[in-house]
Amino acid sequence: MIPNVSQLIPTEDNLIGWLLQIAWLAFFVVFMFYGQRIQIYVMLREIEGSIRRLKHIKDEGRKDAISTIKELGKPKEDPTTRIDQILEYIAISPMNMDPSGIVWKLEHILDVRDTRFEDEVKLIAPEADETQVKNLENTLEAALVLNYFYKVVRHFYMLGKKTLSLYVIMQLQMVLPLVMKEAEAFASALKAFTYGQPIGDGAGALVAAKLMQGHEKRKIAKDIVVATVPIEGRKAHVLKAEGPGGNVGKPGEAIKQILEENGGKIATIVVIDAAQKLEGEKPGEVAEGVGVAIGGPGVEQFKAEETILKYKIPVNAVVIKEDIKDTVSPLRKEIFEAANTAIDRIKRLILERTKEGDSVIIAGIGNTMGIGQ
Amino acid sequence: MDKTITPRRISSFFLVIIVITLALSIFAIYSGVTAYISGDTGTAYPSLLIGVSGLALSAYMLFQTRGRTLHMPIKMQPVTTTVLCQKCGFKNLREFQRGDYIFKETEECPKCKEKMQITAIYREAEEKE
Repeated sequence: MIPNVSQLIPTEDNLIGWLLQIAWLAFFVVFMFYGQRIQIYVMLREIEGSIRRLKHIKDEGRKDAISTIKELGKPKEDPTTRIDQILEYIAISPMNMDPSGIVWKLEHILDVRDTRFEDEVKLIAPEADETQVKNLENTLEAALVLNYFYKVVRHFYMLGKKTLSLYVIMQLQMVLPLVMKEAEAFASALKAFTYGQPIGDGAGALVAAKLMQGHEKRKIAKDIVVATVPIEGRKAHVLKAEGPGGNVGKPGEAIKQILEENGGKIATIVVIDAAQKLEGEKPGEVAEGVGVAIGGPGVEQFKAEETILKYKIPVNAVVIKEDIKDTVSPLRKEIFEAANTAIDRIKRLILERTKEGDSVIIAGIGNTMGIGQ
Repeated sequence: MDKTITPRRISSFFLVIIVITLALSIFAIYSGVTAYISGDTGTAYPSLLIGVSGLALSAYMLFQTRGRTLHMPIKMQPVTTTVLCQKCGFKNLREFQRGDYIFKETEECPKCKEKMQITAIYREAEEKE
């Protein structure tokens, strides 16, 4: 045993052996005492790379927004300062200590925000028409989101660097791939918004547009149009946000209005929307279910549910599955084609669940950018 | 932010580690070569192996410290517009142009001179699911 152990100790003339032994010992000592700190530095370096990419995306987005506003809006003065101010906009959620009535407070805040945003865009882009104003609003919203992502990630990075807290840095590093995925999606959305291209979120609106095409439309709620369409011997009230400008409107309010107009005599309601797919699912898959498929802050879903409950009407959901990136990117072919599948499912649903001569509501939810009616 | 990470600095701690690894690696290679010439292969091979590995490691670390190029363009995905004549069925696929939207009435049909309509706007995704 003893001779074996002695082999590990370098002989006097083996200088390289000595150096390597010292290096190994130093390596262990350093890792024993500074292992966590080294891990922190490695994580910080990784985060730094992502922050650089985020900054690049954010700057590109800002540049695109400014150039599009200059191109379409032809402002007399340079809008850069004003745009930079818009990118810092905040909307403060209502106090929720007493949650009763919070939906209406939130709706009011969102309405004020929308109006303010629209006014700002009209001010900095006086030559833009209605559709372009809506698209520019969406462009600025996307730029604002990118700016926000960058600032939040930078905040936690700097906080982690300042405190050298492994837990702050680790949390940021863990969530960063998802944040980057969303940021890339919004970067792609921003490009689509500047050109007014239809996006994945508009899948529901596309279904409604296909159904109401060629029929007379009227405005029913803020930025929402409705058409009465005969489908399979039933009277369908088909509604969607008014296009082709980027717009989601108030579908909950529109459902409420139609129900009130018809005294609640609606046999069934079908709500079509884009839904986030799970990894492994194919984009453009169509799924059915029950419930009010209206995304967003929840105000419109709440309003629709309130009125539907009042009249006890069955409510069905048809969703088109897509990835978060597809939701805000230019409409993918698979999702575009899924609109026809969704229409078939709606027709089958109506045939099975209602009688001839009944009235139904078909609500196509989503951003109608690039989709007319 | 701009002050803290731009322009990118190489931390002195990291630089010292790289220099030490590099120096040790070169020394290990030198010793390996010397031992090999003198016929002591038992010392030569491990020394050469350690030296080359260390050299590779320090080169990798040095490469990591390089400021990466920020010119990563945000790709504009090609979007196709389908224009269809409702009367004769003539179909035209072209690149998306600003102002296009689904159900927009566009140019005249080259065959029957009727107004054509945009029936589809989509992109063909490159990424696989």
